[in-house]
Amino acid sequence: MATDILMPALSPTMEEGKLAKWLKKEGDAVKSGDVLAEIETDKATMEVEAIDEGVLAKILIEEGTEGVAVNTPIAIIAAEGEDVSAAASGGGKAKPNGSGGHPAPTPDMQAEGQADKPAPAAKTAEDAPRAPAAPAVITNKAQEPVMAEFPADTPMVTQTVREALRDAMAEEMRRDPDVFVMGEEVAEYQGAYKVTQNLLQEFGAKRVVDTPITEHGFAGIGVGAALAGLKPIVEFMTFNFAMQAIDQIINSAAKTLYMSGGQLGCPIVFRGPNGAAARVAAQHSHDYSAWYSNVPGLKVIAPYTASDAKGLLKAAIRDPNPVIFLENEILYGQSFPVPKLEDFVLPIGKARIHRPGTDVTIVSFAIGMTYALKAAQALAEQGIEAEVIDLRTIRPMDTDTVVESVKKTGRCITVEEGFPQSGVGAEISARLMVDAFDYLDAPVLRITGKDVPMPYAANLEKLALPSVAEVVEAAKSVCYK
Amino acid sequence: MAAAKNAGQSKAEAATPPAEAAHRPAPNAPQFTREEDLHAYHEMLLIRRFEEKAGQLYGMGLIGGFCHLYIGQEAVVIGMQMASVEGDQVITGYRDHGHMLACGMDPKGVMAELTGRRGGYSRGKGGSMHMFSREKQFFGGHGIVGAQVSLGTGLAFADHYRENGKVSLTYMGDGAANQGQVYESFNMAALWKLPVVYVIENNRYAMGTSVARASAQTDFSKRGLSFGIPGEQVDGMDVRTVREAATRAIEHARSGQGPYILEMQTYRYRGHSMSDPAKYRSKDEVTKMRDEHDPIEMVRKRLLELHGVPEADLKATDAKVREIVNDSAEFATNDPEPDPSELWTDILLEANA
Repeated sequence: MATDILMPALSPTMEEGKLAKWLKKEGDAVKSGDVLAEIETDKATMEVEAIDEGVLAKILIEEGTEGVAVNTPIAIIAAEGEDVSAAASGGGKAKPNGSGGHPAPTPDMQAEGQADKPAPAAKTAEDAPRAPAAPAVITNKAQEPVMAEFPADTPMVTQTVREALRDAMAEEMRRDPDVFVMGEEVAEYQGAYKVTQNLLQEFGAKRVVDTPITEHGFAGIGVGAALAGLKPIVEFMTFNFAMQAIDQIINSAAKTLYMSGGQLGCPIVFRGPNGAAARVAAQHSHDYSAWYSNVPGLKVIAPYTASDAKGLLKAAIRDPNPVIFLENEILYGQSFPVPKLEDFVLPIGKARIHRPGTDVTIVSFAIGMTYALKAAQALAEQGIEAEVIDLRTIRPMDTDTVVESVKKTGRCITVEEGFPQSGVGAEISARLMVDAFDYLDAPVLRITGKDVPMPYAANLEKLALPSVAEVVEAAKSVCYK
Repeated sequence: MAAAKNAGQSKAEAATPPAEAAHRPAPNAPQFTREEDLHAYHEMLLIRRFEEKAGQLYGMGLIGGFCHLYIGQEAVVIGMQMASVEGDQVITGYRDHGHMLACGMDPKGVMAELTGRRGGYSRGKGGSMHMFSREKQFFGGHGIVGAQVSLGTGLAFADHYRENGKVSLTYMGDGAANQGQVYESFNMAALWKLPVVYVIENNRYAMGTSVARASAQTDFSKRGLSFGIPGEQVDGMDVRTVREAATRAIEHARSGQGPYILEMQTYRYRGHSMSDPAKYRSKDEVTKMRDEHDPIEMVRKRLLELHGVPEADLKATDAKVREIVNDSAEFATNDPEPDPSELWTDILLEANA
């Protein structure tokens, strides 16, 4: 019987890609292992192989098509002699391509920030609850930032977070010859997550330095180079691997200025993806926001939008202090409007009111914002107007913006993917206890990742992460509704 | 056994160097001129007397916390400095007072840091293990064993990046030489041909653990072999052999050939720190080294017997050094503690952007 060939995912976080080329044409006989087509994303390329014998009966997606959602049928393979004229797209038995099937697209990770794109196909069915209570299934458009950080008539371009980060580095490297980037696969591979794409081509191997797999060593070399006055950008393939290097980050980078009585600053940026991606289990899913934010001598940035990613990374590179710049793999591919300015730099340490509201304050950052914003939309439909604050910088923390909001709403909940104990939400809660005690009409509630190592199984992983439903429930709870 | 190159030479006796084998005076040691010996004498004596004074101040409760004295190892850093040029960087671990003085840092500022006073190099906020001088290109002073090796390699990375012709002199002890990041650094330094000289000060004890009890390969000059880094074992008690090997190593690094390892076979007379049980080695061992291989006595003897310097001249030098050290102690004793407001300074630099 006819079988649909589906658009494969190259990685657990891929949502769509380009069908670059068909290597077989309709009517061709194919056997298992034959390469049918080539798929491209901004991260990687892969070949789609046939997994059945038969005839390529129908090509459903023409080559050159961009933005093909994962799981979309791209062709139909029929048994020899079978009539497939009746087999409409999707009529066949769907078979995922590639070995091991395809990972489920990450459900409520789908970017609210992708306002410029249609929601990926085949999403609703995947939107299973992450927590025991079923979350509201919501699709909403991105809220425009409400705090003006650039002139209102600034032209905007749509960029992914990945592109914004790349542009930030490229612009700063053009501006200052002391800036260089080092890390695993940053140069010839073009970045493990393609964040450093084309930097090698523009700046050469001297300033885009591939390192061996040796985090402790190259973090130390980066810090040493910074103490000597260079401005390294050290990329960790993920911050999980920075655990190997954390002594150099904390003991050398963060403390030397103090220990030297102000003589030796350390102008360095440590950046890379932080926190959970999708289905990568406990050792590759840790959120270190709270850890680094505990350390005097560091600045810690965790942006959500592409615009913030760009403006804050540029600020981080110029900052004379060590900056931990926490990115997120799931956000890399999400698109946002970015101001088209020659030199767009944002202040470190300023939160942004992402969505104004009057009834409850939701404080979040980085990917936590995706839950917060969807919850705010759901709450609005139930008559509760949430004010959503994106911290953007975890250290120094912009307590004032949070306190001012809470004075207005009288209620606060926090949202983060990290663990609950001593987390960022715990810190906000403690600060509000001191700075806004008289304004609070309800206890501050924290929505966090669960207090367990990240499990691998899809259902357990969903349960371990925060959910929109949890945020909605918490918001209603503090509103006594 | 001065400056024996790895290649081609039997190192059987050096594999587990007994005191005598390692510190037999080199028969063919390169000679110093009278001026060079005078310089070395003054510089080493300054370290010796400074450290003795630091020990006294510690006993009086004026210096707190950790305090690791360099007494016995003076020839290493002085011989290295005699081969370096201005602008070459120096970085080391926690036994660092000697390196600071050798780099030309003011003894008053060093001693005042030891006593935690505002006139200290780190304004009293670093202490014995954390002192720096951007001006003298001394980059610390590091309390995490082995961390300075990656950092020193980073200094060399910066030299290489800037093509400034400078060399990073990166010191570590025999204990640090077993840390993982040391080898990560060796690999990258060799891969990128960074201008760094790794000086392994083998004083035979990592705290209380002898080299033989901690190291499968006790010939530290071979620790870079798998990365193609040349190494030498050097009599680190003889300032002349140190300088000779240092000259060769620094030239190698400066000329773009990459890193070089010098294992300095030396000895510390005092304990690991001020609270040392002294149970892990015999008194005789210490006495024998002091009596027969003291780096300062050797120079003093040469000055008197070989260069014909009058004893009165050396006594004048001794007096001058004592005065410098006493002045530093007096300053460090009378200088006020940091202003309480210093608690909150130097945490972050102001961003200009």
